[in-house]
Amino acid sequence: MKWLNPFFWLDDKVSPQRRGMYTLFKKELLRFWRVAFQTIASPILTALLYLLIFSHVLESHVKVYDQVSYTAFLVPGLMMMSLLQNAFANSSSSLIQSKVMGNIVFLLLTPLTILEFFVAFLAASMIRGLLVGLSIYLVALFFVDVPTQHPWWIITFALCGSALLGTFGVIAGIWADKFDQMAAFQNFVIMPLTFLSGVFYSIHSLPPFWQAVSQLNPFFYMIDGFRYGFFGQGDVSPWLSLAVVGGFLLALAWLCLKMLKSGYKLRS
Amino acid sequence: MAAAIEITGITKCFGTFEALRGIDLHIEQGEFFALLGPNGAGKSTLINLLAGLLQPTSGSIRIMGHDVQTDYQQARRALGVVPQELVFDPFFNVREMLRFQAGYFGLGPENDAWVDEVIEGLGLTDKAYTNMRKLSGGMKRRALIAQALAHKPPVIVLDEPTAGVDVELRQMLWTFIQKLNQQGHTIILTTHYLEEAETLCERVAMMKQGKIVALDTTRALLKSHAAKQLSLKLAGILPNQLQSLLKQQNGDEFVLALSELSQVETVLSTLREANVVVQDMQLQEVDLEDVFLNLVGNQKGAQA
Repeated sequence: MKWLNPFFWLDDKVSPQRRGMYTLFKKELLRFWRVAFQTIASPILTALLYLLIFSHVLESHVKVYDQVSYTAFLVPGLMMMSLLQNAFANSSSSLIQSKVMGNIVFLLLTPLTILEFFVAFLAASMIRGLLVGLSIYLVALFFVDVPTQHPWWIITFALCGSALLGTFGVIAGIWADKFDQMAAFQNFVIMPLTFLSGVFYSIHSLPPFWQAVSQLNPFFYMIDGFRYGFFGQGDVSPWLSLAVVGGFLLALAWLCLKMLKSGYKLRS
Repeated sequence: MAAAIEITGITKCFGTFEALRGIDLHIEQGEFFALLGPNGAGKSTLINLLAGLLQPTSGSIRIMGHDVQTDYQQARRALGVVPQELVFDPFFNVREMLRFQAGYFGLGPENDAWVDEVIEGLGLTDKAYTNMRKLSGGMKRRALIAQALAHKPPVIVLDEPTAGVDVELRQMLWTFIQKLNQQGHTIILTTHYLEEAETLCERVAMMKQGKIVALDTTRALLKSHAAKQLSLKLAGILPNQLQSLLKQQNGDEFVLALSELSQVETVLSTLREANVVVQDMQLQEVDLEDVFLNLVGNQKGAQA
């Protein structure tokens, strides 16, 4: 049964002070790991379908950067899109389920601090997002060569992006009372922001007005910075992207901790 | 020695509704305590305040000497709460869930023996590796209780643990809880089954509309509300000398409250002197239900 618990080797080594947070993190991790077909395999398949279809239709029509095929251009965008969506889905779905089922009470009865609560949910979300993103990359390598010019930028944006959406997921999970509210959040906020962020195109191909609008979308910076790591070129400087993404991350993390501290919807 | 629970001047308002209106309660370590009251009396609100699931409007609560607000980590370590609703996590089996629950409290593999003891004590051994989702209602209830005990809390609160539970499980549950109590755990129980409170609990608090209306040992409470009830069917009216004992009258049927058995003799001789014929007579022990109805039910009727 050890494959069911990929962290069995760590269980004895955690200090009592960290055990509460570690346990919640592990539980959150196992929660998606147990249903990996749905939480890991299916987003990979979806991304690959996008890749196959879009590249087949558009490969010969669209050229974004010199020396970069459209299919290669598409890979980082799809990786980041799936990474963001899955990081969001992990924390948000776990929280809304526990709230609707009522079993969140067993978490609220524990001595976990709000920071431990936040970090545990966040870390599990990030791991799911990163796992999906990485898997898409590895599978895509069978179809197309994707360079990795600046690995540190890739890692930085993957971490920041998954953290940002993991935090967003915790906020949404606390806020939503019902599954349909969560679905609305996902379909009316997360999906449009992702699709309009330049996953499938460079914003330079848009009319000036929509270029300006795109630059208000934080998701654009995550994808553009991430893509810069692969190709060494992007629509804006990676430093600008990092500043925007980092700023948003800090703001959302602050908001999330504030919500947790006030007990909003959880202890009221 | 710190009190198991020390509640001082607790009030809780939801908007303009006052759910709790000044609760003071002191429960010693090792007590088996019952919290009774009709639906809406504020029992669950009080438990949620103990558990830190709600914040009080005013007042303070200490569990084993730890304030639930300022020293919440220690307070929560000392407390195990069995919620009223059957809630469960559908992703894991019973043993995993219990280990996670203990883990949240900082307890690792060293606590596994206790987890197994709880599993066995609640008759969950056969279901230890069954997913929570697949358990029957009764088994879910046991798992719920086990989850509250996973970190071996010195103070255990059971919120209506036997609602909708069959006799066998109820027996098993009480045996287990009594064993815990004998080992020194403090037990606080809310229940609708008054006979349970009567047989199990040393002390009882009765709540009504956000206040404690009676707080005493079970025995004293029963005694103060007359130990015996004498129901009489008379051919005639009740003599004046006996009016002070009258509790209830329904036509020619009279219910008298007696503090001791010897009063029966006095009542009968008074009736004989007054030439009132006794057509039927019944002597009943007062139980907690009568006290409860007396304190809670009648007042409710008066207010309606």
